[in-house]
Amino acid sequence: MTTHLAPDRVPFRLPTPPISGILRPRMLAVCLALAAAAFLAFCVETSVGDIPIPLTDVMKALAGTGDPGTELIVHELRLPRALAGLLVGIAFGVSGALLQTVTLNPLASPDMIGITQGAGTAVVAGIVLGWDAGMSTQALGLLGALTAGLLVYALAWKRGTTGYRIVLVGVGVAWICTSATDYLMARGQRFQAQAALGWLVGNLNGRTWDQIGPLALTMAVLLPVSLLLGRQMRILQLGDDVARGLGTRVQVVRIAVLLVAVGLVAFGTATAGPVAFVALAAPQIAQRLCGTAFPPPVAAGLTGAVMVLGSDLIARKLVPDTELPVGIVTGVLGAPVLLWLLVRANRAGSGG
Amino acid sequence: MSKENGVRPAGEGPDLRAEGLRLAYDDRIVVDDLDLAIPPGRITAVVGANACGKSTLLRALARLLTPKAGTVLLDGRSVHSIPTRTLAQQLGILPQSPLAPEGLTVIDLVGRGRSPHQTWWRQWSSSDEQAVNAALRATSMTDLAHRAVDELSGGQRQRAWIAMAVAQDTPVMLLDEPTTYLDLAHQIDVLDLITDLNRHQGRTVVMVLHDLNQACRYADHVIAMKAGRIAAEGTPAEVVTAATVEDVFGLRCVVGEDPVSGTPMVVPMGRHHEGEGRAADVVYGRSVK
Repeated sequence: MTTHLAPDRVPFRLPTPPISGILRPRMLAVCLALAAAAFLAFCVETSVGDIPIPLTDVMKALAGTGDPGTELIVHELRLPRALAGLLVGIAFGVSGALLQTVTLNPLASPDMIGITQGAGTAVVAGIVLGWDAGMSTQALGLLGALTAGLLVYALAWKRGTTGYRIVLVGVGVAWICTSATDYLMARGQRFQAQAALGWLVGNLNGRTWDQIGPLALTMAVLLPVSLLLGRQMRILQLGDDVARGLGTRVQVVRIAVLLVAVGLVAFGTATAGPVAFVALAAPQIAQRLCGTAFPPPVAAGLTGAVMVLGSDLIARKLVPDTELPVGIVTGVLGAPVLLWLLVRANRAGSGG
Repeated sequence: MSKENGVRPAGEGPDLRAEGLRLAYDDRIVVDDLDLAIPPGRITAVVGANACGKSTLLRALARLLTPKAGTVLLDGRSVHSIPTRTLAQQLGILPQSPLAPEGLTVIDLVGRGRSPHQTWWRQWSSSDEQAVNAALRATSMTDLAHRAVDELSGGQRQRAWIAMAVAQDTPVMLLDEPTTYLDLAHQIDVLDLITDLNRHQGRTVVMVLHDLNQACRYADHVIAMKAGRIAAEGTPAEVVTAATVEDVFGLRCVVGEDPVSGTPMVVPMGRHHEGEGRAADVVYGRSVK
């Protein structure tokens, strides 16, 4: 009758080493399905393009047993793009899940609280004003996102930072950055504005290994950290007083989670631009698929990867001979999925 | 500390006290120069008018608020110098009307009460499981364990939160108005449950209560606060007298005897009844039957 299932829980306990915990079969199943979908999208992404390459040939090229021409295309063109989509999707999904959990607010995704907008302003300033100090677009985006993230945290600080203050201050910072970006765009030359716009929409076109490296490295460090923070982060959901009473160092956990989330989104944005809606929707979609009381980070990351890769495939195939930037499709595609999940939950008599 | 809800002998438990405590929000001093010793192994009720500093005091005892001066000591050590995790194994706090995230099940909420005993690789040890099951049984929540907390009635929800505090398995429990927003039957349910925790498991309980009659009936020790200071403390019979109630609450009343428990029972007078009937007999010193 109700789709609002009690999250099933299966305790497990090993005698040696003394590892124990709760397995959630539904969440595991959802994660496996999402991982399969992401892998499929990843393979298709490497096979389609101006020169279609059959999946079997892609596999051979990946294994290093294909013909040299195919290997070149796969390694230098297709693989960086597909990897960028995969990593950026995971980074945005996990980052959104962290921020939404720690602020207790589904609106608190990096593209709502100014982090993405900060990256945008920095990149557009670099393009239009030439203030790039020799830095690449990626480095500028990174700098902008980190600055905006720290600004939000500093301004929200008042005897410790509460979740709703972060959201309110973040919305303010987001609008300041948006206005600054709009001003710069209006001032800029036409071709500069065009270039800036191309980046602002979120784009996987022409990614190279140079851009993948820093992102992959960051994620190799930050993803395990975010998993380790998960348990304490979920205790923060009970409110600061309860969490502190349960022995959680509330401010330390909160600032650690924020730094990890900002780091992930900053490197993600630096690589692909602010791909719209992924960080907001992926955690919420994942939470409803898994039936949990919090956005589960792993499932959110995988949902983000499926969203970005799927959207990029559609963007490349939708209009013949034009490659739409991926950011245009993610919003169009992600919003209905989220709305459908919300409506379905409402019908079942729960707020979702 | 005994484990798994082992019985602690009555009258024994950690020594929780405050010395020269000054508590303030920014520059507004709420509690000043307060000394306090919580009787170990007993139930203590903190009563007083609104904004007299009783919740603030409870927050300070639970190190949720850093004092401007003075210290809170647990077994002789300042609570602020004890690592927060170690302290959370000794002292539990249930704030007033806490909120559970949507969709969180009772068993997951109660399980989070175990977090001071857990590490990231050991999140469901057999002692966790035993403590959670015992807490669910003690609060009669076993049948509702897999329901979402936000779908429960007010009384059930409060019992779920108390179960979380019980599962934390601390010898000292601080409860801020555990009966708020509950109807009378559920208030009594919760207070009976708290009494069980004290009598059967020897837990020291400190709770803020609004209802003086309930404080008299359920507490061994009553602390009456007025304007950030202790106006009176002792057994219910020592503290709850017509004179103290008038001093602390500014309310004229008759103090009789609870026909069920024999503890003091406060019957407020109010402006419209002061000169009337049996109240007049009391006020004018005539005997009341």
